[in-house]
Amino acid sequence: MFDSLSTKLDYAIKSLKGEGKITEINVATTVKEIRRALVDADVNYKVAKSVTDKIKDEALGQDVLIAVKPGQLMVKIVADELTNLMGGTKVDINLTGEPAVVLVAGLQGSGKTTFSGKLGYLLKKQNRNVLLVACDIYRPAAIDQLKVLGEQAGVEVYAEPENRNAVEIARNAIAYAKEQRKKVVIVDTAGRLAIDEQMMREIAEVKKAIQPTETLFVVDSMTGQDAVNTAKAFNERLNFDGVVLTKLDGDSRGGAALSIRTVVEKPIKYIGTGEKLDAIDVFHPDRMAQRILGM
Amino acid sequence: VGRSKVDEEVLDELENVLVSSDVGVDTTVKIIDAIEKRVARDLYLNATELDKILKEEIARLLNATQPDTAQGYDLPKVNGPYVILVVGVNGVGKTTTIGKLAAQFKKSGKKVILGAADTFRAAAVDQLKLWGERTGVPVVSHGMNTDPASVAFDAVKQGVEQGADVILIDTAGRLHNKVNLMNELAKIKRVMQKYIPEAPHEVMLVLDGSTGQNAMIQAKEFMRVTEVNALAITKLDGTAKGGVVIGISDQLSIPVKYIGVGEKVDDLQVFNKYEFVDSLFKKN
Ligand SMILES: Nc1nc2c(ncn2[C@@H]2O[C@H](COP(=O)(O)OP(=O)(O)OP(=O)(O)O)[C@@H](O)[C@H]2O)c(=O)[nH]1
Ligand SMILES: Nc1nc2c(ncn2[C@@H]2O[C@H](COP(=O)(O)OP(=O)(O)OP(=O)(O)O)[C@@H](O)[C@H]2O)c(=O)[nH]1
Ligand SMILES: [K+]
Ligand SMILES: [Mg+2]
Ligand SMILES: [Mg+2]
Repeated sequence: MFDSLSTKLDYAIKSLKGEGKITEINVATTVKEIRRALVDADVNYKVAKSVTDKIKDEALGQDVLIAVKPGQLMVKIVADELTNLMGGTKVDINLTGEPAVVLVAGLQGSGKTTFSGKLGYLLKKQNRNVLLVACDIYRPAAIDQLKVLGEQAGVEVYAEPENRNAVEIARNAIAYAKEQRKKVVIVDTAGRLAIDEQMMREIAEVKKAIQPTETLFVVDSMTGQDAVNTAKAFNERLNFDGVVLTKLDGDSRGGAALSIRTVVEKPIKYIGTGEKLDAIDVFHPDRMAQRILGM
Repeated sequence: VGRSKVDEEVLDELENVLVSSDVGVDTTVKIIDAIEKRVARDLYLNATELDKILKEEIARLLNATQPDTAQGYDLPKVNGPYVILVVGVNGVGKTTTIGKLAAQFKKSGKKVILGAADTFRAAAVDQLKLWGERTGVPVVSHGMNTDPASVAFDAVKQGVEQGADVILIDTAGRLHNKVNLMNELAKIKRVMQKYIPEAPHEVMLVLDGSTGQNAMIQAKEFMRVTEVNALAITKLDGTAKGGVVIGISDQLSIPVKYIGVGEKVDDLQVFNKYEFVDSLFKKN
């Protein structure tokens, strides 16, 4: 079941390889196999269908039928199509503003606090004066966790342990940052489910209060079919600017990446590749396409 | 008028529901094949009957609780405390599930002790200690960046000395493809066994209900190093369905014990396979 996708694709395109004349029916079979392989990589099944429809059109349009090496051409078409779907080229974070404000949101346990620490560390190494803000007032020891990370990164952490109002904390933090002439403020928030109305209202209010230049949606790369529902729901409430894909040091194929990008049309900006502070990279669509394909 | 087989449209719809619940292509095909076979045999089928057959087939793949591990919150009789080692990849809900379990075990009159063997993740010990305070259960800890195996040993030792009924050991999240971290689990186990040769009586793998097909690989890999014999599926209060667990239970024969349905102390339920199957078909 979990043979790598490349094996599956190999199998899928076998029907194209080594056959003198390839009929539309073979392309259809191949495309169906590719679809199955994508779903096994956790690409949303609706997205997988629309992707493979495109691949089919492209394959027929490029005359796969009369190509010298139809299999190879097919793999290239698939890789190109996936790359395009993930935005083609990388998109940078927007750090304009005095200070620039980055709001970090997502489901429980997706990696928000760790990412906040990593981004703080990354920007600090670029000689920016950064402030981390602890707005998770719910999870036990959430503030301590951010403080430890801030200490490791050498970045100041703003917290109000007694305050039970996340919106107020965020607002106060921005005022403090201005006073201290910070260049970037990174606001870590509590994990929440998209269907938790009260919590979604809270984060919408935090956003409204601090007007971030960049709102990032953090998602675990192992997420399955639900990734699109969640991303859509967060996007409807927050109209986020980019996605952060975490835990890519695992062995998931990361189909959620493709699905989210396709459904909300927001770029993936960073990836998390470990638990340590320096395990952060900018996102490259072509590399992700290859990963999904198991290349 | 009866039909001699289920029509394509119905099966396609069914396939969509299963796949979008993370059941996975292979298990979905297996379920649909089983239904087609039964339909061919039974010949007549209306919508209600199809529904019933479908749920039966899926429930059949979900393993029942193993008799030698905890049934609900009742623990099997063992020599000394019953030791549960809790493992899983990062952020799935291990520590929270331990907090919830501690509360339930305590409520059912047991003496509980927690071991803070996640000495790695920032503030992990503080987090478990807060759960200890919240539930009124003592936590054995050596602080951050100490040897997790010796924390586990100490927790087991103190558990025995204090006459505890159950000891829950929290471990750091680890991705199953990291060899060193996986081997560390084997070490934790070995060290505990110096004190209680049968420990851990239960190795509970916590899976995040929103994880897709990777959860199957997680289960396989954790099983290779620790003989996982119980599963807990968390975050089922969201829109994710956790369908991957059907294939895991079927292929690996590990029973699902508990499900997490929220972040609060009471948001834990004993797994009920019929309710679980029903929830797969419920619109959110
Ligand atoms: N291997 C790996 N682990 C990661 C990565 N990012 C985060 N983690 C781990 O995932 C777990 C959860 O990370 P957190 O940063 O606490 O996640 P969160 O979204 O802030 O969680 P909540 O605040 O509880 O919603 C921790 O064990 C982190 O160390 C990553 O890129 N790779
Ligand atoms: N909605 C919901 N959230 C949960 C559930 N279980 C845990 N969480 C949340 O998920 C996040 C991660 O939970 P933890 O218990 O810290 O997870 P962990 O596996 O111990 O994480 P690491 O130790 O970092 O690997 C926290 O924000 C929890 O509150 C659940 O059943 N439902
Ligand atoms: K659910
Ligand atoms: Mg957090
Ligand atoms: Mg933990």
